[in-house]
Amino acid sequence: MTRLLEIQGLTRHFGGVTAVKALDLHVEESELVSVIGPNGAGKTTTFNLISGVDRADAGTVLFAGRPIERLRAEDIAELGLARTFQHGRVFANLSVEDNVLIGAHTRLRAARFHWPLLGPIAELALALWRPASVVREERALREEVHEILTLFGDRLSNRVDQPAYSLSYANRRRVEIARALALRPRLLLLDEPTAGMNPTETAEMQVLIAALKARGVTILLIEHKLEMVMQLSDRVYVLDDGAKIAEGSPQVVRNDPAVIEAYLGHSDLGRGATAPVETLASRAWA
Amino acid sequence: MSSFIDYTVNGLVIGNIYALLAVGLALIFGVANLINFAHGSVYTVGAYVGWAAITFLHTPLPVTMAIVFVACGIVGVLIERIGLRPLQGRARIAPLLATIGISFVLDQIVQLVGSPNPRAVPSDLPDWRLTIGGGSIGALDLLIAAVGIVSAGLLFAFLRFTKLGFAVRATAQDREAAQQMGVDVDTVNSAVFAIASALGGLSGLLVGMYYNHIDPGMSFQATLKGVVAQVIGGVGNVPGAIVGSLMLGLIESYGIALFGTTYRNLFAFVLLIGFLLWLPNGLFGGRSALATEPLTGSFIAPSRPTRVPKWAILALTIAAFALPLAVAAPYLLQTLTNAWLAAMLALSLTLIAGTVGQISFGQAGLLAIGGYASALLVIDLGAPTWISIPAAGLITSALGTLLIFPAFRLRGHYIAIATLAIGEIVSLTILNWESLTGGAMGITGIPSISIFGHEIYSAREVYWLCLAVVVGLALLQTRLLSSHLGRTLRAVREDEIAARSYGVRIDRYKAVAFAFGGFGAGVSGAIAAHLYSYINHQTFDSQLSLLALTMVILGGMGNVLGAVLGAVALVGLPELFRVTAEYRILIYGVALLLLIRFRPQGLLGAV
Repeated sequence: MTRLLEIQGLTRHFGGVTAVKALDLHVEESELVSVIGPNGAGKTTTFNLISGVDRADAGTVLFAGRPIERLRAEDIAELGLARTFQHGRVFANLSVEDNVLIGAHTRLRAARFHWPLLGPIAELALALWRPASVVREERALREEVHEILTLFGDRLSNRVDQPAYSLSYANRRRVEIARALALRPRLLLLDEPTAGMNPTETAEMQVLIAALKARGVTILLIEHKLEMVMQLSDRVYVLDDGAKIAEGSPQVVRNDPAVIEAYLGHSDLGRGATAPVETLASRAWA
Repeated sequence: MSSFIDYTVNGLVIGNIYALLAVGLALIFGVANLINFAHGSVYTVGAYVGWAAITFLHTPLPVTMAIVFVACGIVGVLIERIGLRPLQGRARIAPLLATIGISFVLDQIVQLVGSPNPRAVPSDLPDWRLTIGGGSIGALDLLIAAVGIVSAGLLFAFLRFTKLGFAVRATAQDREAAQQMGVDVDTVNSAVFAIASALGGLSGLLVGMYYNHIDPGMSFQATLKGVVAQVIGGVGNVPGAIVGSLMLGLIESYGIALFGTTYRNLFAFVLLIGFLLWLPNGLFGGRSALATEPLTGSFIAPSRPTRVPKWAILALTIAAFALPLAVAAPYLLQTLTNAWLAAMLALSLTLIAGTVGQISFGQAGLLAIGGYASALLVIDLGAPTWISIPAAGLITSALGTLLIFPAFRLRGHYIAIATLAIGEIVSLTILNWESLTGGAMGITGIPSISIFGHEIYSAREVYWLCLAVVVGLALLQTRLLSSHLGRTLRAVREDEIAARSYGVRIDRYKAVAFAFGGFGAGVSGAIAAHLYSYINHQTFDSQLSLLALTMVILGGMGNVLGAVLGAVALVGLPELFRVTAEYRILIYGVALLLLIRFRPQGLLGAV
């Protein structure tokens, strides 16, 4: 197995706060790796750094052996990395179908050219003229989008033409995932895919992620619902205060004293009665 | 040496006047996160109130100043009440557009009440001058300096030591938190608008006395100068606004000394663009203005566009083409021809401001480029018009995209200010590049359009030509929107971060939109130039840009049919009902205000 993603010494400061501290992390091809940790542990920041939305102060990120820590988000997407966003960033006024088609933007071959200056002009000309190759490509992508949407049962497939702002929160998260799949990612970053979902919907999402894993999609997952993390993951990283405090198989991590300390030992966590602690206490450690 | 001192004194005096404006803008931006485009209109109101008090009531200066101060304060409170408070929680561009509507209304009221002709403001100050090294300082110079210093001092004391001033600062730092702590943020807003407008009004009065000249057209430039001064000092930064204003005044004054008066505004706008691009937080940084901007400045309310059936559009198009056969009145045809020319502009703007979400206040600059390009191609190079007009479209497309390209990384309000400045820069470049453009004289004798030797001259043929171009552009734009570019441009508008994360190169697609839109606007300007046979640097002014924006909002942002409808409604209808020009602007202003308040998605819905 080759390492698809290899992160070394990744660091990001925000003012006086170090959100991510010298993090080392790797993901092998076809693996499902989870990142867990209390709120504010630096999980989403890590995702932002990997995907190029934010830039690290130090450290290296290798994607398929290629350094990407200095690349911009659009270049990283072009290399085959797709991500979802923690709070959902669907394009509100675009239809479900168009949202997912944007996911396939990097795969446009007939309609898009990469040359500077002439590329955009050619792209505009082709969009207006629309030769057979462009029409064919667009049709194929639309068919593929509909296939992707059927992964979510009838939750999205009968809302194809509805604008995303009209969807429920859970459905917007599904659109996010559909959009990420349309990129045909070599590595899929899922940031809390089940946030805001009820137990039934969570179970559905777990089945879906398991199916993606079975298909060989490499996934890096941030998730608070530990039961799901324990069942799905090949390996788990635990972050706290920006630093890695444990890693290994779900069983190893589950019994790591540092992890228990991080989750249950924080004096400020129990009071906040946040969902993850309850989930953790009532399920994983029950 | 003596002239150097004179220019310095002049620069500082003008800087002081700008400071009175800019401080108000900064205060308003602080509490309301809004660039108040009606601020210059308040300044004009101040000048006219002062003029009326001196002329009709023969008030002594201190009383005049008090009257102006109070009157403009009241206007400020009204602006807040009408333009801002009902729009809380809307897209951040909404109140900004509302202030533009208010400025239309205020300017027109001033014009209707105070006559459109310039007025002289008599000053009862003693006529002595103090001689310093060769230069001299007059009583008025000292008065302006004193007003500037005293206002700054009072403002500082107010913000620093009074309870309300405390509340203003708290609201500026964090509106929600201030509200939670029991600050009545509405009262704070009202107070700030009152103070800002009172100072702005004083500034107008002083300017009127300084130049002994006021006219209703002075408000727009005043807003722009205030905005420039603010950007130099850091948007929302009160001391920064003062320093920025003094700097702007001095730079303008020295610039005029070196290059001549026609360059005055060019300096201001080049400075503005420079600061926006390289020092967007201004000299004094302070608050990180750019970071707090929303990701898109779009004004897209969640809406579903009205689906107009194809047969209805086809029927309307056929009816429009058949109209000249039924009606021979050249007046009607000319009016509708103007509407078609405006529709070309609105189509281009609806793509840029609506589809890709880059609110542009400088769209008329593209018309000017197109008009001059075609006129010069025909006159200087002898090109036939059927080549020069499409060529002008392509030139506008290229030049317009090139000019705006550096501003692509700006967001929200800043892109609006930058486009406004670029529009002004185009006009001022035309004014000053005399060898190419004829400068202030403009271009005369632009030949009419002819296609393969056939001269298109009759009202009917011109009408058909313009309508055909509109239909052609609309079809092309519809085709563009139905391609992958349509969804990509809209994705850029909706969320730049998400779009980038899926490989969408933001700058590239903004450029595609500006290039496509630039073509239509350029063609419109070119045709207009040949129809008018005379153009100068003011033919396509910034008011036209704002009018185009009103059309686009009326039709529904991004809506192709809506843009045409908006153009016909705002250009055609007032003309047909023979509304006189002054009232027309008033109607535009009121229409804009009502739309933003009650139907932000426009008539046919935003796309």
